[in-house]
Amino acid sequence: MTVESTAARTPRRSAGSKAGTTGTKRTRTTAKKDAGTEPQLVQLLTPEGKRVKNAEYDKYVAGITPEELRGLYRDMVLTRRFDAEATSLQRQGELGLWASLLGQEAAQIGSGRATREDDYVFPTYREHGVAWCRGVDPANLLGMFRGVNNGGWDPNSNNFQLYTIVIGSQTLHATGYAMGVAKDGADSAVIAYFGDGASSQGDVAESFTFSAVYNAPVVFFCQNNQWAISEPTEKQSRVPIYQRAQGFGFPGVRVDGNDVLGVLAVTRWALERARSGEGPTLVEAFTYRMGAHTTSDDPTRYRGDEERQAWEAKDPILRLRRYLEASNHADDGFFAELETESEALGKRVREAVRAMPDPDHFAIFENAYADGHALVDEERAQFAAYQASFADEGGN
Amino acid sequence: MADKMALAKAINESLRRALESDPKVLIMGEDVGKLGGVFRVTDGLQKDFGESRVIDTPLAESGIVGTAIGLALRGYRPVVEIQFDGFVFPAYDQIVTQLAKMHARSLGKVKLPVVVRIPYGGGIGAVEHHSESPEALFAHVAGLKIVSPSNASDAYWMMQQAIQSDDPVIFFEPKRRYWDKGEVNTEAIPGPLHKAQVVREGTDLTLAAYGPMVKLCQEVADAAAEEGRNLEVLDLRSVSPLDFDSIQASVEKTRRLVVVHEAPVFFGSGAEIAARITERCFYHLEAPVLRVGGYHAPYPPARLEEEYLPNLDRVLDAVDRSLAY
Ligand SMILES: Cc1ncc(C[n+]2csc(CCOP(=O)(O)OP(=O)(O)O)c2C)c(N)n1
Ligand SMILES: [Mg+2]
Repeated sequence: MTVESTAARTPRRSAGSKAGTTGTKRTRTTAKKDAGTEPQLVQLLTPEGKRVKNAEYDKYVAGITPEELRGLYRDMVLTRRFDAEATSLQRQGELGLWASLLGQEAAQIGSGRATREDDYVFPTYREHGVAWCRGVDPANLLGMFRGVNNGGWDPNSNNFQLYTIVIGSQTLHATGYAMGVAKDGADSAVIAYFGDGASSQGDVAESFTFSAVYNAPVVFFCQNNQWAISEPTEKQSRVPIYQRAQGFGFPGVRVDGNDVLGVLAVTRWALERARSGEGPTLVEAFTYRMGAHTTSDDPTRYRGDEERQAWEAKDPILRLRRYLEASNHADDGFFAELETESEALGKRVREAVRAMPDPDHFAIFENAYADGHALVDEERAQFAAYQASFADEGGN
Repeated sequence: MADKMALAKAINESLRRALESDPKVLIMGEDVGKLGGVFRVTDGLQKDFGESRVIDTPLAESGIVGTAIGLALRGYRPVVEIQFDGFVFPAYDQIVTQLAKMHARSLGKVKLPVVVRIPYGGGIGAVEHHSESPEALFAHVAGLKIVSPSNASDAYWMMQQAIQSDDPVIFFEPKRRYWDKGEVNTEAIPGPLHKAQVVREGTDLTLAAYGPMVKLCQEVADAAAEEGRNLEVLDLRSVSPLDFDSIQASVEKTRRLVVVHEAPVFFGSGAEIAARITERCFYHLEAPVLRVGGYHAPYPPARLEEEYLPNLDRVLDAVDRSLAY
């Protein structure tokens, strides 16, 4: 007998710290300080929305206009709105998973807006705010969380690499990319995002080594959101993370990650260092993961709500709003208009996700190789014949 | 005492028993302590045995396995958790170049009784790197033993035996079956760790599988029975060593063999089984050994995984093809 005899059939049942002592004292490049002393935090805007002077970093935001400040505010509000929409889409079953950036808007918008168009960004899986700054369509970020693709955007159209789930890997890619930039004699810079947990990975330590040895134009941007799933930062490091840089031979700075202005200034400084051939910098943005690790996580198992409440008082959006209002840089009309824009964004994202088609089955075999592969072709053909064996029976 | 419990709970109980009975047993991994692991397999263990025995490690897999090797050199019996299949690779170097080879290099003087637990396989709609089946990448390496239970009772007993083994054991846990309940008799006398078990007797064809695919094969056998076909289902339980004697005995009876695994078919464990069984019982076979498994393509996004993973129809299709010879 041959296999043809079994070709046509119907489917049979397949189912398918005190951190951030947000004090208002003047701060400076903490890398110069000895390890073991109370880490200082660069901060330009206090939680109360007061602008504090900073001798070292003020110049990086000196010319900032009210319009630009409103822009930063708008970015943060829209990013938070998008994030909330994604969380609710997950609850509704439209997404399989979501990793919320709630609380980290200033760290991401401040650093993202510091980048230039020709700079290159290497994100983790949580950099939705940075993606926004790079002009990646928010809806495109949701494909992988919906399960229709494993990436879904062209990294080169916005110089924004695909999300990286394997912790720490991207820091080496960023370093290599930066080594290439230097070889080309370009004055672009590269920025690699990673978390406090990731700081323990061998890949991250190796990226520090390589970038230092080759003086690569890369900024390591660590969002210390105090948690790696259930493990607090103390489980990863006995010294503040920014101090790690010193041992590798480049500067590290801790910035208040909930202060968008501070983050913008410090990141501009670090990117400028990269551009001007001064090599790598480590920026530790001291912030807080206000939500669960992902929608699969239950943080009540490992942390109390008091901590969260303490951080609520340092909210990044609230403090910029206070500043904008106190300095008369924004009026009620601006905030109202933004509210409308926000809702429209939510709606657009919702609709885009719901309309996202499931991928064609043959997508499994697409792009496994650039130059093709005989076995993939063979398996695709077998798959096609197998699928067709059901279609044959479809009419009856 | 026989209790009905979920597979994840059975592993939890087994780890608890090991911690109670041997002070050298340690649990290590990311989020295994306070959280009890992302699948709650180590739930409650840190609370009861303390932070020095149930250890939340830094986020570094090479570090986890590398330090487990050192602890084993010092006389401990670490049971380490890799959070998901796709995250074992930072530790692959330590596992392949060190863990697997130390016994041989020391001319047998050094034993490394390390268990590496890996929740593996797909079917849970996860994002990438959370659904892979990398067992063949470890089976290729001499010095490692590789097992994968399919049910709660085996999960319990195989974990006991893995921890007692003086060889390193990679313990692949079928994550999509974590919540499946089964009887666990904690006073039973278990059979050997690396022996396959006939879980359903049949005469017409042998389905061989391990871990998550055993249940599927049982469903296939049920469906085939409705069509008058009497399939035997063999739960291999161990990928290295493989129990070729049991496969051979079954195939000499049924004369047909289909191997099912989630891992890609190309260079997968099914390929090794097909080759050995063809050598051992060429004249008994009425059909070539067929394999059903993943394709030679990256594990697809969640909305395609049903097309990628072996399912009832795909296995039945292979059964039909085998019987058609
Ligand atoms: C190599 C690797 N190991 C484990 C995981 C599982 N995992 C995903 S996120 C995470 C914690 C990451 O913490 P952190 O680096 O602080 O980033 P955050 O999630 O806080 O943004 C872990 C352990 C992974 N994705 N990759
Ligand atoms: Mg973190």
